Amino acid sequence: MKSDFAIELVDVVKRFGTVAAVDHVSMQIRPREFFALLGPSGCGKTTCLRMIAGFEQPSSGQLLLQGKPLGDIPAFKRNVNTVFQSYALFPHMTVAQNVAFGLEMKGVGRDEIRRRVADALDLVRLPQMADRYPKQMSGGQQQRVALARALVNKPEVLLLDEPLGALDYKLRKEMQIELKQMQQQLGITFIFVTHDQEEALTMSDRICVMSTGHALQVGTPLEIYERPNCKFVADFIGETNFLPGVVTEISGEYATVNVADMSLVGRLGEGVTLGASAWLSVRPEKMQLVDEARANPSALNTNSVTIDSVAYVGSDTRVVVHLGGQRLDVWDENNISTLDPNFYFRAGERASLSFPADNALVLVK
Amino acid sequence: MATLLRKSRALQLLGLMFPGGFWMVVFFLLPLLFIVVLSFLDNERLFTLEGYQRVFDPLYIGIFLQSIWISLLTTIISLLISFPVALFMARLPKGWRDIALFAVMIPFWTNFLVRTYALQFLMRNQGPINLLLQWIGLIDEPLSMLNTPAAVMVGLIYGNLPFMILPVYTSLEKFDWTLLEAAQDLGASAWPAFFRVMLPLTAPGLLSGSILTFVPAIGSYVTAELMGGGKATMIGRVIAGQFEQAQNWTFGSAMSLILMVIVTIFALIYFRLGRGERVAL
Ligand SMILES: Nc1ncnc2c1ncn2[C@@H]1O[C@H](COP(=O)(O)OP(=O)(O)OP(=O)(O)O)[C@@H](O)[C@H]1O
Ligand SMILES: [Mg+2]
Repeated sequence: MKSDFAIELVDVVKRFGTVAAVDHVSMQIRPREFFALLGPSGCGKTTCLRMIAGFEQPSSGQLLLQGKPLGDIPAFKRNVNTVFQSYALFPHMTVAQNVAFGLEMKGVGRDEIRRRVADALDLVRLPQMADRYPKQMSGGQQQRVALARALVNKPEVLLLDEPLGALDYKLRKEMQIELKQMQQQLGITFIFVTHDQEEALTMSDRICVMSTGHALQVGTPLEIYERPNCKFVADFIGETNFLPGVVTEISGEYATVNVADMSLVGRLGEGVTLGASAWLSVRPEKMQLVDEARANPSALNTNSVTIDSVAYVGSDTRVVVHLGGQRLDVWDENNISTLDPNFYFRAGERASLSFPADNALVLVK
Repeated sequence: MATLLRKSRALQLLGLMFPGGFWMVVFFLLPLLFIVVLSFLDNERLFTLEGYQRVFDPLYIGIFLQSIWISLLTTIISLLISFPVALFMARLPKGWRDIALFAVMIPFWTNFLVRTYALQFLMRNQGPINLLLQWIGLIDEPLSMLNTPAAVMVGLIYGNLPFMILPVYTSLEKFDWTLLEAAQDLGASAWPAFFRVMLPLTAPGLLSGSILTFVPAIGSYVTAELMGGGKATMIGRVIAGQFEQAQNWTFGSAMSLILMVIVTIFALIYFRLGRGERVAL
């Protein structure tokens, strides 16, 4: 029976001593999916990957590869391959020998090995480097060799532990695009660990946001960014302003929160109840600043604010405003009016800040 | 003079090389030359090849071969003991690692001669080992363990073990364990992962340890004397005998030089093996 999922984690716990590195995590990764594990340092991403690869055994719970329990099948018998963060290339072997290693271990014939190694090196665009040693290559090239060495085995699932972490910004961007193309072309499930939210958002089909051993939310980049299910996810992904308040009304998909005597309305988040304290989360680029004279002060989510500072940062202008004792970040995409200092707001001036209810989210505190 | 020194690179080099060079000449080259000359002179200080002719007596060839054989076995057994020990040490947590290292080096603080006497005492016919074996009823008569080639080997292994453990440990400590995981990840079970990845990468340490064990073993005198009894098990004992009791310096010198040639051959083999490993690292 073929399962609907490439990999399943069922209530997996991994303890090191008393520390639960992975704490009751369940997730289902679909075939041919580009799946990112995203979270801050130490949240258990690597541990999840190592359990799938077979380097660690879960303390409890179960892992399934295409519906079959992995149990205590040793790492060398699992049809998954890993691209290590440090690449872990064999320093005493040439590039070609490195790439051939997995095939040799499986007893593939010589001619086929030669052919597949050549294909793999073509795939990562390093065909002329077959006889070099890892030490003689740049970080980016070593990274490609590590990729070729894993992919040549045609794994069901490829595990990548921060594979781009050691590359400089520009190379990183290039490799992101290349990896994504490669994954689509080969149709292999990728599980990609990163703590770079931008990387996760641009590359993944779905993202699992982790924190202190918990899987907080699994969803598409759009869902994660637009509908975070808790404060941690909203905070970790992108920038956002949090306003503390009390829920005074819930109607349909919206909730009203009383924040410092202002009534602000946002979409209703998971688990929010009437009368409870909550966070109103609103992203800096989802608010508008207008002249007080042109604003309608009685409109929804419209309030008078004081401009604290204005900074030009290339693509947009970042304004800090005071609203009822709270500092808020507001980002205005640059256009003719923001770029004209005679026309735009200055520190100390007053302005009107507004945002549609759909652009704000009410989250449990 | 000062300006000349500043200008001439050759002079500077000569000046820098002098202390080391002087040391090498006085303590190494001159004695060697002395031995070479001695090996060709008979008691009347006349040229002779007799020393070298005697080396080819089957009796002495046999002792040379036995010395090589005992030293090789000593090296191999030391390696087999040291690898697991060093592996265990390298896998200890950092603090414990230093303690283990310390423990390996403690025997160095005791004089080599004293340690060998202690070993001799342990292995005597009425020594603790025999008494213990008799007490638990494994044997009726005491085993005579001393004064055999095996006893010499035990002495050599015991005396030189730290020289094997330390280089092996050093190479294992530097070993990147994720490489073993990478090998497993690519489908290698324990033995292939060991032979294809761990062994080649730790080979420099194993080779250093081997040469550091083999060279003292083949030249050993004290151990051969104490553990082998009066018997001519090792060439080192025979050479010493020629210089002392027999007073045949010609023959003693000739054998010393042959021994040096043998050691040099093994050292060359070692460097050849080592070179291949080093290219990629
Ligand atoms: N072998 C181990 N022994 C003890 N604790 C461990 C071990 N491996 C991981 N941990 C602990 O488990 C937690 C999760 O570690 P993990 O390596 O999975 O984090 P991560 O999300 O990959 O972090 P990073 O982004 O820094 O790589 C950490 O607190 C870590 O200290
Ligand atoms: Mg990690």
